[in-house]
Amino acid sequence: MDNRILSIENLSIEYSNIRGKVKAVRNVRLDLYKGESLAVIGESGSGKTTLGTAIIRLLPSSGYIKEGKIIYRGNEKEYNIAQFNESELRQFRWKEIAMVFQSALNSFNPVLKIWDQVLDTAKAHGLNNKSIVREKAMDLLRFVQLDPERVINSYPHELSGGMRQRVLIALSLILEPKILILDEPTTALDILTQRNIIELLRIIKKDMGLSMIFISHDLSLAAELADRVATMYAGAIVELGSVNDIFYHPRHPYTLGLIKAVPTVSSSFRELYSIPGSPPDLINLTPGCKFYPRCEYRTKGCEEAEPTLVEITPGHFVACLREGDIADGR
Amino acid sequence: MEDNAIISLDHVSKFFTVRSGILGGKKVAQVIGNLSLSIKKGEVLCLVGESGCGKTTTGKLIVGLVKPTSGRILFEGQDIWNMDRETFKTYRRSVQIIHQDPYSSLNPMHRVYNILSAPLFRHKIVRTKSEAEKKVSELLEKVDLTPPEDFIYKYPHQLSGGQRQRVVIARSLTLDPKFIVADEAVSMLDVSIRLSIIEILRRLKSEVNVTFLFITHDLAMAKYFGWEGRIAVMYLGRIVEIGPTPRIIDNPLHPYTKALLMAIPEADPEVTRNKKVMELRSLDIPNLLNLPPGCTFNPRCPFWIEGVCERKEPSLIEVEKDHYVSCHLFD
Amino acid sequence: MNWKHLLKSIFIEPLILISRDRAGLIGFIILLSILLMSFIGPYFIKLDTIVKLDQIYQFPSRAHILGTDNQGRDIFSQIVNGGKDVIVVAFLAGLISTLIAVSLGALSAYAGGFTDTVIMFITEIILTIPQFPLLAVLSAFIRLTNPTMLALIIGFLGWPALARAIRAQVLSIRERDYIEAARVLDLGRWHIIFSEILPNMLSYIVISLIMAMTGAVYSQVGLIILGLVPFYGHNWGLMIQLAWTRGAIFYKGSIFYILSPIIAIALFQWSAVTFTRSLEGIFNPRLRIGE
Repeated sequence: MDNRILSIENLSIEYSNIRGKVKAVRNVRLDLYKGESLAVIGESGSGKTTLGTAIIRLLPSSGYIKEGKIIYRGNEKEYNIAQFNESELRQFRWKEIAMVFQSALNSFNPVLKIWDQVLDTAKAHGLNNKSIVREKAMDLLRFVQLDPERVINSYPHELSGGMRQRVLIALSLILEPKILILDEPTTALDILTQRNIIELLRIIKKDMGLSMIFISHDLSLAAELADRVATMYAGAIVELGSVNDIFYHPRHPYTLGLIKAVPTVSSSFRELYSIPGSPPDLINLTPGCKFYPRCEYRTKGCEEAEPTLVEITPGHFVACLREGDIADGR
Repeated sequence: MEDNAIISLDHVSKFFTVRSGILGGKKVAQVIGNLSLSIKKGEVLCLVGESGCGKTTTGKLIVGLVKPTSGRILFEGQDIWNMDRETFKTYRRSVQIIHQDPYSSLNPMHRVYNILSAPLFRHKIVRTKSEAEKKVSELLEKVDLTPPEDFIYKYPHQLSGGQRQRVVIARSLTLDPKFIVADEAVSMLDVSIRLSIIEILRRLKSEVNVTFLFITHDLAMAKYFGWEGRIAVMYLGRIVEIGPTPRIIDNPLHPYTKALLMAIPEADPEVTRNKKVMELRSLDIPNLLNLPPGCTFNPRCPFWIEGVCERKEPSLIEVEKDHYVSCHLFD
Repeated sequence: MNWKHLLKSIFIEPLILISRDRAGLIGFIILLSILLMSFIGPYFIKLDTIVKLDQIYQFPSRAHILGTDNQGRDIFSQIVNGGKDVIVVAFLAGLISTLIAVSLGALSAYAGGFTDTVIMFITEIILTIPQFPLLAVLSAFIRLTNPTMLALIIGFLGWPALARAIRAQVLSIRERDYIEAARVLDLGRWHIIFSEILPNMLSYIVISLIMAMTGAVYSQVGLIILGLVPFYGHNWGLMIQLAWTRGAIFYKGSIFYILSPIIAIALFQWSAVTFTRSLEGIFNPRLRIGE
């Protein structure tokens, strides 16, 4: 039986822009296994948010899927999300796959109470019975450690950032989806609040058996919650592996660079290294490896052809010609 | 107040009045409460805390953008709000700020040349266009924007986040400052380029001996940049702990500092998944309009001593050399 | 700020930028046509002042594109020659309003405190007085023979509404980080207002200018139609006034006499306002191409 609940196959996404076409996601192949937490790590221009929003087909109007499939395996059938029409999408969103967006704090309508927004969302996706919605909402709010009575009747501005984030997480679970996508769930939150959200996500992972995708630029989020990690650069996945593979045996110069650039509190003082240069222009891409201009391991072959993901140890994939030389570079 | 202190805060408080409710009853938010601080020339002091702790307001008080409700801000021993015109001008030139958001800290209608030359012309550091171009190019080289010709006539929207932040740093250097407040200077930049900006700041410190107030919520970055300096931890407008960085990290004394250090997620799965998290008594963050009595941390503190902590506000006590903590556990 | 450079780019790039917004482009073309007609047209088409009583209220024909008026004079020549005075007075009045509004509004917002209170108090007093009746009353006391005088009065009454809007804009820009940085760099109050804040409001200011100008057209024409402005020269407002008092609305043939100036004014107003849609593209460096 296929253990993969979501399979992205050769997905390419572009945005129309005055200057040309922005190739935001390029030929991405990625699987999500049932019950696992997958972290997609990347910085600005990596394509991670585009990838996430494409899965539930919420790309902005200038974005479109150029080619590829997004296969969802549920209810004993296979569906290609990339080809859903509007009504199929409406039935599918929130019920099968739900998303908690970035800048959660601005996702609320300031003039509506939380209850109104919960009801609106539930109704929009087919759950019309008010009392059922109410019961589920209260249960979920309790589950995310909020006081249900107090929160359900509040306006968004009456709640703190951390509380709003929890409400959004609760809301995403209201129709019991199988997959939850979270885009930068802890960015812009304070340390203690971040910790609470991470612990909450850990509980959700353990108790609800959901498959989750975390999209973030924050490596530590992946270290906390992920089973597997994919690092993205310039629209492509450059490394994919288990969380131990990525953190303790990174084989792509970009992954290695990211790890070396993040300071930690617990370990003893060590020098950090930044990655020189900046991400490439996604409209006019040069041939060959896109990380080449910034890479300290670059050689001649790198400029000619873009490396593809190769399995170097079981489950650990890298797209780099010199991965063999990048032994434990920590 | 110490003698070689370049900036001191002497019992500074800052209140904001807030209109509350439709009928407009006024309430007072105490953003900073009775804060005293001395920053030595050439040192790096990291001001660490969560949102609402008053660290940004402290930065603005030091830079003179905000006036304290009570207390004094001293620059080289003199009260900045009681200076004569000439001395105030010197103070202004000596104390500069770097903002957090590289996308809103540069005027979108001005080119890099205009942004950097305006203060040069205004303070008569240069008099002709060619002098200005030369000085601007020097400044751009100082922040690694080379070759300068590639950047000097660009608009901010043509630069990346990291490049803009370098222009912001260059701008703060135009008047040869002695003291720079870096308010979350790297928080909005990609992780991989944060370090290059920190490196520029480090170079400034070693080459020109600039004093830094490094405001951040990222304790790990504070540890890195301020390793040879001090960290001050703020909570709800008060300093709860202050001391040399290695001591704060290795031997945190205040329960809040301990909670923070334990809560930080780390980019190392073994370490971070085995971290013991401190359970706080309450999830609620107190409202600035309604501060808890006594020690402001007492409703959340797991080491709360009933009858003591909610009655009396603790004061800073030196527990080991240069390491002060404000907590009744150490009375 | 480099004004020379800004002016150069206003003449070189604008057409491409204006044409980005289709409606704005149409507005621009019509506006430009009306301006050309009103300022250059009179050199080619002289005002017909010859009374021809056998040709009154004639329908449009090849000789008279818009027909003739109640004294046989060609209407089209009157339209061509009638715009200049109206547009010049309106522009002057709009300019005066805008200059006062920008200076006072920006100062009020930036300085805050007592200055703000005083300026806003004055603004509100003038605002609560109904503008047009006041104009009408003033015209009884001041002889409006001089078009500059007319422009001045309309201009001085028109600034309060703009000032409040400008103040609101400046208040929001004032909080931005780059303004804080300018203060910490001690760049000086007037430098900050004129060099840092106002350039970020250029499109807003120009749009305010155009709106002030259209308002001034209405005020002006209204006064003229009511006969409160003594006759001087020839203009569209005067045409309407004469047509009205001569009973043009009662004759079938006279419809062109009264409608032509009305349509000319309406077209001018409409094109000016529609043109403002293109302005954002000119003043926002981010929307420029190719840099």
